[in-house]
Amino acid sequence: MNKKGLSPMQKALVRRETISAYLFLLPALIFFVGFVIVPMILCLVTSFFSYTMTEFRFVGLENYFKMFQDEIFIKALVNTVLIVVVSVPAVTVFSLWVSSIIYKLNMAACSFFRCIFYLPVVTGTVAVTVVWKWMFNKYTGLFNYVLTSTGVVDQPVSWLGDSKTALWCIILILFTTSIGQPIVLYISALGNVDQSLIEAAEVDGANDMQVFWKIKWPQIMPTTLYILVITTINSFQCYALIQLLTSGGPNHSTETIMYYIYYQAFKLNQYGYGNAMGVILAIIIAVFSALQFKVAGKGND
Amino acid sequence: MKRMSPYKTISVVVIAVLAVLFIFPLYWILTGSVKDAAAINAAVPQWFPLAPTTDNYIRLFSNPALQWLFNSVFMAVMAMILTCITASMAGYALAKKRFVGKQLLFSIFICAMALPKQVILIPLLKEMAFLNLHDNLWAVILPTVGWPFGVFLMKQFSEGIPGELLEAARIDGAGEAQTFIEIVLPIIKPGIGALAIFTFINSWNDYFLQLIMLNSRTKLTISLGIAKLQSEMSTDFGLIMAGAALAAIPIITIFLLFQQYFTKGITMGAVKG
Repeated sequence: MNKKGLSPMQKALVRRETISAYLFLLPALIFFVGFVIVPMILCLVTSFFSYTMTEFRFVGLENYFKMFQDEIFIKALVNTVLIVVVSVPAVTVFSLWVSSIIYKLNMAACSFFRCIFYLPVVTGTVAVTVVWKWMFNKYTGLFNYVLTSTGVVDQPVSWLGDSKTALWCIILILFTTSIGQPIVLYISALGNVDQSLIEAAEVDGANDMQVFWKIKWPQIMPTTLYILVITTINSFQCYALIQLLTSGGPNHSTETIMYYIYYQAFKLNQYGYGNAMGVILAIIIAVFSALQFKVAGKGND
Repeated sequence: MKRMSPYKTISVVVIAVLAVLFIFPLYWILTGSVKDAAAINAAVPQWFPLAPTTDNYIRLFSNPALQWLFNSVFMAVMAMILTCITASMAGYALAKKRFVGKQLLFSIFICAMALPKQVILIPLLKEMAFLNLHDNLWAVILPTVGWPFGVFLMKQFSEGIPGELLEAARIDGAGEAQTFIEIVLPIIKPGIGALAIFTFINSWNDYFLQLIMLNSRTKLTISLGIAKLQSEMSTDFGLIMAGAALAAIPIITIFLLFQQYFTKGITMGAVKG
């Protein structure tokens, strides 16, 4: 609407509506500004300071330079990217496959499976992680019992204590707690695909594969994009699993950026340095999300 | 109905097997929580607890586990109520009102949502210390309410309110508050249900935020309490499983009761605005 063409009466109406709109928005804005925007700004500002328990001194970009000479940070970055690169495609493909099968079953079976795959999310990271920790235990864990008794391995494996296996254990648990939401989303998206298009294609003799790729896939693309972005954000922020299972060890082999930020800020009181790494993490996530929009958005519109 | 192809049949069987594997950790928590030390540490695992015992639960309640449970409930309920109030009001305004700065405000909400919320925890902790809320459950509740997902979700639900109804109410001389309570709220009720259950579960399980904000033993939530027990007695798996069961059972019950609302919330939140 063009403001210039408004009569004084209409202007008064617009003003009245603006005031009432902001009154409705006010409670949410207080919380949003107070506990999201303000900390975000503080995070950015203090990342340029040497900020510890005793010191608060402007150092410019020093924290940012320091980061890329910090071997543990580099290791954490590599691990984090590895987790994302493995888990995001695995979660997306697996949940699409499961959804494409179960959404065609009858209602009861479909909601039953959807519920089962969502349960690890609801159960909560801590409860899920402690039971996995027990199952991975070298002496009393299920994995070693099953694998030694079936002869797959001859010696019990220290799953979480070995730098070759620990990160993969974490990726596995992350996977089981990440697919619930994508499956719910895909089932709903597949159910909304225009049925008349599918029928028309089948009349024209298209097989299941062709129907899927030519008709359903383009229509569920926005959902795929959303799933890619949320799974990426969640995988980048992987923290609780690491803290509860391995504390970043052995030998920093399961260190992630989020875990290292926590370690620097709350164990070593290096708040400025921690915030600088947080800023970099946010930028990396933004770049990944933008890339996914670019790649997945192609051919969509 | 078409006959199922062999590919479909095999897939369904594979998915059924996977479903059993997915449910297994939960089964292992529940059965582990009633096993005695001998059964927990047995070289050959007891697939089914042969001599169930309540010993683990007795030891669990020698810790302030009930207090932890109460803290979790209080935190999640408060976050849920405040989020529902603030988000339904804001969502309605964003969807149905024309005002200066609407587009900008909505873009800011969306951008904030795409950022990783965990990176602001350090300044958030400082802010809570400044507000004298450190080691206080409100330090967990307030940031949960501030997170813009609820506003976004309620905007999606409010788009469906017919404009004519609002117009009619205005002509009848209904005030803003009256219109909101009598016309808007009944229409967006399913949305509020979805947001309520979503906020409750997310807040209950937001371990990292709780970990940063809460310290003293009586202030812990149930998730933190279990993590604490694990760090103190890392091989007492019976006790830890009892704790995990205590943390998981209430939230799973709530999820199963309100599943429809929950699914709706997840799907609506994904629709592009």
